[in-house]
Amino acid sequence: MTPFSYRVATSTTEALAAAPDSSERFLGGGTNLVDLLRQNVEQADALVDVSRLPASIDETEDGGLWVGAAVRNTALAADPRIGARYPMLSRALLSGASAQIRNMATVGGNLLQRTRCAYFYDVPGARCNKRVSGAGCDAIGGFTRYHAILGASEQCAATHPSDMCVALMALDTVVHLDDGNEKRRLPLSEFYRLPGNTPHFETELRTGELVTGIQIPSCRAAVNSTYRKVRDRSSYAFALVSVAAAMRVENGVIADIRLALGGVAPRPWRAAKAEAALAGRAPSQEAFRNAADAELADARALGGNAFKIPLARSTIAAVLGELAGDAA
Amino acid sequence: MRITVNGTDYPVPDDVRVSLLDMLRERSGLTGSKLGCNQGACGACTVLLDGERVLSCLTLAVQAAGREVRTIEGVAAAEGELHPLQQAFIDHDGFQCGYCTPGQICSALGMLEEFRRGDPSHVTADLAGGQARFSHEEIRERMSGNLCRCGAHNGIVAAILQFADAGAGE
Ligand SMILES: Cc1cc2nc3c(=O)[nH]c(=O)nc-3n(C[C@H](O)[C@H](O)[C@H](O)COP(=O)(O)OP(=O)(O)OC[C@H]3O[C@@H](n4cnc5c(N)ncnc54)[C@H](O)[C@@H]3O)c2cc1C
Ligand code: FES
Ligand code: FES
Repeated sequence: MTPFSYRVATSTTEALAAAPDSSERFLGGGTNLVDLLRQNVEQADALVDVSRLPASIDETEDGGLWVGAAVRNTALAADPRIGARYPMLSRALLSGASAQIRNMATVGGNLLQRTRCAYFYDVPGARCNKRVSGAGCDAIGGFTRYHAILGASEQCAATHPSDMCVALMALDTVVHLDDGNEKRRLPLSEFYRLPGNTPHFETELRTGELVTGIQIPSCRAAVNSTYRKVRDRSSYAFALVSVAAAMRVENGVIADIRLALGGVAPRPWRAAKAEAALAGRAPSQEAFRNAADAELADARALGGNAFKIPLARSTIAAVLGELAGDAA
Repeated sequence: MRITVNGTDYPVPDDVRVSLLDMLRERSGLTGSKLGCNQGACGACTVLLDGERVLSCLTLAVQAAGREVRTIEGVAAAEGELHPLQQAFIDHDGFQCGYCTPGQICSALGMLEEFRRGDPSHVTADLAGGQARFSHEEIRERMSGNLCRCGAHNGIVAAILQFADAGAGE
C-alpha cells in the first residue's frame, strides 16, 4: 500500500471540500477499497471517510424510499419497509458477503465495488485490461467459471459482483450524485457501462463525484418479489447466477414484471427482453422458459462458464414459477 | 482522539494505513484476534466495534478513532472467569486448534445482539418484522462469515445454542 492521508467528512459539503486538483478517494466501509489498496490493484494518496455521513432511509413523495449512501447494508436489509415493500432487495442484501461485511459495507460502496475476477486481482501474475488499459486479458482463454455470458467484450468478461444492485436494477432505482458544482440523478441502468473497448471505465461517475443516495420508486409488483442466488457454497460466496424478480398478475395476465440477473454480466443485468416476452401474457412454465430463452439468445460462453446459460434459464423459470404460485 | 479497546485507551497509529487488526496485534499486545486471510474471507479477525461485529483486517485503525472496540481479551470477566459462551465452546468441543475461536466468539456475541433486535437473515422466512426462530439453520447462516478449518462447526452451533437457550431462561 502506498502512503495516503485520511480525513473524516460528516456532511456532503465537507466530503466535497477537497481542493479541485486533489485525487481524494471516498472511503465507505472499506471492505473493498482497503483490500484493493493493500493488494496494489488500486492506489490512492488521500482518503475521505464518507461512512459517517447522515444515514437515513426516508419516504419519498411518490411512495418510494430514499436511502442515504452511508446506510449500512445490514440496516437496509433489516428495514421493515424494505422487507414489506421490496422483499427482493432485503433478500439480495442478506445473500451477500457475511454479517460482518454487511455491518461495515455502505450503499455507496456496494454500488461502486469492483469485480472479483481473479485476474483483475492478480497484479504480479496476470494481464488485465480493467486494471491497465490495453494490457490484455488473461481471463479470456483462462479459468472462466465465474465470467460473464452476457454483455462482455473481447477486452473483458469480468462480472459485476453485487447482489444488492441486481435488485435495485429491477426496481428502476435512481442514483443521486453531487460533485460540488452540479447535482445529478441517473437511473441505475444508465449509471453502469458495458466494457466494450474501455473496460477500465465501469460507471458514469465523474472524478470527485459523490454518491449521496439512491431513490427507489414505489413498485406495487415488488410486494410479490424475491431474489434467488445460486453459488458454489450455500452462504458467503459470490453468485454464479442470481435472479431478482417481481410479478403482479391481474385478471389472469402478467400486469407488471421486473427481472434482473446477477453473476452473468459486467453490470447488474436488466432482463428487458424477457420482461417484454412476458408482459400481458398468462403466466405459465412455458411462457417463463420462452422468456428466459429470449433473454439468453445472445449469451456467449467462454468455455468454463458455459454451464451458466442453462443454469440461468432454469433459475429464471423457477423464480418466476415461485412468484406466479397458483396463477401459473 | 484515541481508540478504546476493552476499556483501555490506545493512541491512533500515525500511519493511517495500519489496520485495526495490526494495531491490536502488533502495537497493543492484544494477539487474541487472529490474522487469517487479511482480505475479508475468513472471519478470524472479527471484533466488536461499538457493539457491531466487523472485520478488523479490513478496518483501518483510524476508522475506529473515538469508538469502542471489544476483542476476545475483553470477553471474560476481569477476575479471569470464563464468559458462559467461552465455557459453552469448551463443553461442546467448539474448536480443535482454536485459531478461529476468538473470531467465532466475538462474532456470536454480535450475532446474538442482531438477533435480539430482530434483524432477519437469508434463511428467515418473514422479513417484515416478527422474530426469526432461533434454530440450527439460522445460526449456521448467521455464522457463515466465520470459517473453521478444523471443521468444528457443529460444536460451534451447539455451543451457541446452549448459551442462547440459557440466556432466554434468565
Ligand atoms: C470476502 C467478501 C465476500 C463478499 N461477498 C459478496 C457477495 O456475496 N455479494 C455482494 O454483493 N458483495 C459481496 N462482497 C462485496 C461487498 O458487498 C462490498 O465490498 C461492499 O458492498 C463495499 O462497500 P463499502 O462501503 O465497504 O465500500 P468501500 O470499500 O469503502 O468502497 C468501494 C468503492 O466505492 C467508492 N465509494 C464508497 N462510497 C462512495 C460514495 N458515497 N460516493 C462515491 N464513491 C463511493 C470507494 O471510493 C471505492 O471505490 C464481498 C466482499 C468480501 C470482502
Ligand atoms: S483475517 Fe480478516 S477476514 Fe480473514
Ligand atoms: S478450531 Fe481450528 S480453525 Fe477452527
